[in-house]
Amino acid sequence: MPNYRLPRAGVWRARSVLCSSPSHAQCRANHTKSQPTKSLDSILIANRGEIAIRVNRTAAQHGIRTTTLYTNPDAHSQHAHCSPFSFNLGPTTAYLDQEKILAIAKQQGCQAIHPGYGFLSENAEFARRCAEEGVTFIGPPPSAMEDMGDKARSKEIMNAAGVPCVPGYHGADQAPESLAKEAEQIGYPVLIKAVRGGGGKGMRIVKSAKDFQDMLESAKSEARNSFGNDEVLVEKYIITPRHIEVQVFADQHGNCVALGERDCSIQRRHQKILEESPAPFLDDSIRKDLWEKARAAALAVQYEGAGTVEFIFDNDTGEFYFMEMNTRLQVEHPVTEMVTGLDLVHWQILVAEGHPLPLTQEQVEEQIALRGHAIEARIYAENPDKGFIPDSGELLHVRLPTQSADVRIDSGFVEGDQVSSHYDPMIAKLIVRGEDRKDALRKMAAALQDYEVAGPVTNIDFLKRVCKSPDFVAGQVETGYIEKHRDELFPQTTVTPEALAEAAIASFLHSSTQASGAGVSAWQTSSPSWLKTSSDFQPRTFQFQSADFEPGPGKTPEVYSVELQQTSPGHFAVTTPSQAAPLQVSSSLNTSTNTITTYFPHTRQTSRVVFSSSDSGVIHLFTPQGSFRLVAPQPAWLSKALGVVEKPNSLFSPMPAKILRVLVKPGDTVHKDQPLLVIESMKMETVIRSPAEGSVVKRIVHGEGEVVRSGVELVEFEEGEATEPNA
Amino acid sequence: MPAGYPPTPTLLRNLGRVIREQHPPSRPSPSLLRLRPRPQLQVRSAATFTHRQHAQAISILPTLVDKSSPDFKDNAAQLTEVMSKYADLHQRTSRGGSEKAREKHVKKGKMLPRDRVTALIDPGSPFLELSALAANGVYDEDIPAAGVITGIGTVEGVTCMIVANDATVKGGSYYPLTIKKHLRAQEIAQQNRLPCIYLVDSGGANLPKQADVFPDRDHFGRIFFNQARMSSLGIPQIAVVMGPCTAGGAYVPAMCDESIIVENQGTIFLAGPPLVKAATGEVVSAEELGGGQLHSTISGVTDYLAVDDAHALVLARRSIANLNYPKEQPAPEEVREPLYDPEDLAGIVGTNLRKQIPMHEIIARIVDGSEFAEFKKDYGTTLLTGFAKIHGYQVGIVANNGILFSESSLKGAHFIELCCQRNIPLVFLQNISGFMVGADAEKGGIAKNGAKLVTAVACANVPKFTVVVGSSAGAGNYGMCGRAYSPRFLWMWPNAKIGVMGPDQLTAVMETVGKSVDPELRDRIERESDAAFSSARLWDDGVIPPAQTRNMLGMGLKAALGGISDDASTKFGVFRM
Repeated sequence: MPNYRLPRAGVWRARSVLCSSPSHAQCRANHTKSQPTKSLDSILIANRGEIAIRVNRTAAQHGIRTTTLYTNPDAHSQHAHCSPFSFNLGPTTAYLDQEKILAIAKQQGCQAIHPGYGFLSENAEFARRCAEEGVTFIGPPPSAMEDMGDKARSKEIMNAAGVPCVPGYHGADQAPESLAKEAEQIGYPVLIKAVRGGGGKGMRIVKSAKDFQDMLESAKSEARNSFGNDEVLVEKYIITPRHIEVQVFADQHGNCVALGERDCSIQRRHQKILEESPAPFLDDSIRKDLWEKARAAALAVQYEGAGTVEFIFDNDTGEFYFMEMNTRLQVEHPVTEMVTGLDLVHWQILVAEGHPLPLTQEQVEEQIALRGHAIEARIYAENPDKGFIPDSGELLHVRLPTQSADVRIDSGFVEGDQVSSHYDPMIAKLIVRGEDRKDALRKMAAALQDYEVAGPVTNIDFLKRVCKSPDFVAGQVETGYIEKHRDELFPQTTVTPEALAEAAIASFLHSSTQASGAGVSAWQTSSPSWLKTSSDFQPRTFQFQSADFEPGPGKTPEVYSVELQQTSPGHFAVTTPSQAAPLQVSSSLNTSTNTITTYFPHTRQTSRVVFSSSDSGVIHLFTPQGSFRLVAPQPAWLSKALGVVEKPNSLFSPMPAKILRVLVKPGDTVHKDQPLLVIESMKMETVIRSPAEGSVVKRIVHGEGEVVRSGVELVEFEEGEATEPNA
Repeated sequence: MPAGYPPTPTLLRNLGRVIREQHPPSRPSPSLLRLRPRPQLQVRSAATFTHRQHAQAISILPTLVDKSSPDFKDNAAQLTEVMSKYADLHQRTSRGGSEKAREKHVKKGKMLPRDRVTALIDPGSPFLELSALAANGVYDEDIPAAGVITGIGTVEGVTCMIVANDATVKGGSYYPLTIKKHLRAQEIAQQNRLPCIYLVDSGGANLPKQADVFPDRDHFGRIFFNQARMSSLGIPQIAVVMGPCTAGGAYVPAMCDESIIVENQGTIFLAGPPLVKAATGEVVSAEELGGGQLHSTISGVTDYLAVDDAHALVLARRSIANLNYPKEQPAPEEVREPLYDPEDLAGIVGTNLRKQIPMHEIIARIVDGSEFAEFKKDYGTTLLTGFAKIHGYQVGIVANNGILFSESSLKGAHFIELCCQRNIPLVFLQNISGFMVGADAEKGGIAKNGAKLVTAVACANVPKFTVVVGSSAGAGNYGMCGRAYSPRFLWMWPNAKIGVMGPDQLTAVMETVGKSVDPELRDRIERESDAAFSSARLWDDGVIPPAQTRNMLGMGLKAALGGISDDASTKFGVFRM
């Protein structure tokens, strides 16, 4: 830590010591009376983003002093500002720096560390180090973490405790051939999973034996990068599975309750995006059985604190299998909070302090019976149309739905923040509660309609479509839902004529206010002419295309041309591609709220329009018909004027990424969908595949280890038909 | 003191003081003091405070217009009919050349000239087109807008003069009126110090009419003379070569400060390929002879090479942005719309010029807040003079409200002198049949008094603007700043007539001197007095809709005062007393 920070921290510390010393005395007094509890007055939050803020909120409610941590790229993030005590860990990866975190905890007099989720939350070694240093780790004992963290060992324990497990190989023999043999024995399809993995990282589905080795290598490399351990297990892959998990809570006194279950079947890239509780269409006896098994699982490892027991529920047979236990508070814990009315972070603190659980299982069930249904949607900076690849960048505009007792938003970002490509691209969680599932879904759809994020691409519109998808509404959930409903969930988006008109008018007004500034002289409000205009001399053509168009060989974007003429200030004649004659509309742009209101002959439309200040020039339009991201295509002359040679034979980077592996070399003839290179962004590996059959690689533009921006050329192919004999 | 020497007033005053000091006035008696107990002011004086609205009230023009009167409705109907003809004419002219010519032009990948102008100017900014009816009905062929679009537009915040050849009209070749229009645009640019942008796409001088386009002072050569002189005055000259520039035309880009050329489209050469072949037998393509590539890489005639029109116009905008020229500023005062609808003007004036036009009603629909601080309101009442604001700019208005008499002329000269002293632009609203004639008038020295007005108008160096709202006849045209008196802009209303005298007076005069009047002559005079006839010959800068007068003047004032303006003080000639 740099020296110059010390005086300031010193001041903070001095003040807090003054304030907290009497309570120290008090709690020591309490301690002696009721022996097992200790009071945690100061907590270090060893995490970032929304969960750090979430933990801070509960701590603040209970008068607990918090200390937050940040890294260099996170210095300006919200969590680093939610507490007056905030310390720089330095490098990007330093949220994993155990010693530095412990040093800060001790220096700041923090009695406990809340690890949040991810990072050090399931690191038994860290929990042990905390104990050694006399700092309470808010989480289960290290032994429980180790038992559950090792997938193979956890299954042994579960089998012993009578919790059913998915058939599979969890052995120590990691030789690729042996694993392949085990896979053969289990029967394809099989799942390869990193032993230390979680959150879908280091996990691969293998459909047939021929893909096994490729997938194994990829899973191992991802596991190595994410967890520093590449051991994997192989297990049966269930075809129509549902992901149902049970939130359990255990205390140091041997009590354990199940706080209901969550159905997290709506997943993409093996990561949850919609979670709900209770699970729809689950027989009550199965539900109770699940809770029972989950409690048994927790008790089998002498669990303490918050944990989640995940099951695969076979929709076809009604069987469920233990998958794993997450020994931490989960991302989707607010769903449980909404249906139980509890504060799980507070429970974690109580348990860590040595208190018994505040409620018994019966009391919990009474609460759940009263509180209906809750759903959580995760708002990610990612592009569903491009395979959910993560996006990053500045949040140019954020508008949240109105929050209430039934609509909750846990967000780590505000407008103007950067979504960093170094960390998880989750922007926020939107949680709603309703009397029943239908009610909750309706509220969710309405809240998503009000949720506006401009800047990085988000999955908000996609979530809206899922929430309106009939099968989902009917409760027909399964983990393959998105894949099975691809046509419905990824419709061909057409930009509405109203949206195009508004995009053109907003561009026009935006540029004219920018050019002339505030001092628009009044003669501009009217100008003389015999022609049918008193303002613009002639109509102008505005062109737009979808900002999500991915350039590639043989692809041309659809370009929408809009003709616009301001006939008098605020009045326009506008012609969109779908009409023949110009529409006379009046429109005004409020630059302080970015709101454009247009009176068409047939309707009034009010939309939000956000212009990105960067050179990407994306226009974000939030209309009642949905949101659109448009860009103005380059005029034909520009590329010529810039001397840019068009590269129809090139493959471009879909996102900012690091090149992990190059799988081909110049001169190679490649097949369609053959892996060419593997890139990594936001800790996610993406395989870049050949777009065409029989192309010949001319040049690999960037080598392994290089970091590239989005849209950068990656592979150049030879021109012409590669299948010709002379090629 | 010697006897007989008269005492001076000073001496008398001093004496008086000495006497007063020696014999102070007796004090009031004590009884009187008792009666008046305390000295107290019976009458207190204080300055008045006048509320702004009360102060303004004396300047606000009232209106007596009755919109439901049959007179008003008749007038409106008559003028509206005339105006719709003008609107049609402008609409037709704005299309440019024939359908075929335009199609051919667009197929070459070129933008139509009006699209070029639109793409050049700032979005949302108006374009003040000049003399759109030029050459209308003058030649045997139809030459819309004389084959060149000229006007004032805003480019990157700078007010500029734009001259754009219309290649769809006879290949953009220069007819006599094309030259006149081009020169007029340059004159306006020079007077108002506006940077010039030439969008060149022209085959050069019209050879069959070479006698009327080449040799004289105000012919083709004057274009280049003006370019050189303006450049020397620091008025930037930018050319965008978007088509041929042959022979003399080659000098337009060559004489500019910066020029841009579109490759495979613009050409610059002193002689085109056919002439070269005839002269030397050399066979060379236009592109090789004077294309964009050649001039931008080898000859250096052009400075920027564009791939197409759109690119060239972006480059032109960039050049303007780099002029370091003053940008348009908001008007100095808050702009307030008139209290009365300018659209009423049609019903007020009508088309019958024999009817008196109530000039106060016109002014009330032109000036900001309908406020007119009238000068010498009750003297020489046939000429209105006074101060007002138009689009936030202070102006002095001189407007006819009847025939010019000696008194009105003197009043006008006085007022113009005031405005020149104060550097206030002048606006002349013409509706004048002439100076008063007759024995009384001549006895009163109407000739020398009229001359005073003409001298004042001629010498006034402040920006002058003239709008002919009715008739413009005889010497009245001179006294009211006609074309010869170099107003910065001169516009006509569609009902306006211009000529030495009206056809009726002409008939009367002819009959008086004992000559019969040829009815054909009468008709010709009638026709030649028409605003469209005038506008076609560039006697004015355009026929404008009456309701737009205020906006036209506002834009004219912006062009005159918005950028760099000369601080020329006025020195008047001898006023004959």
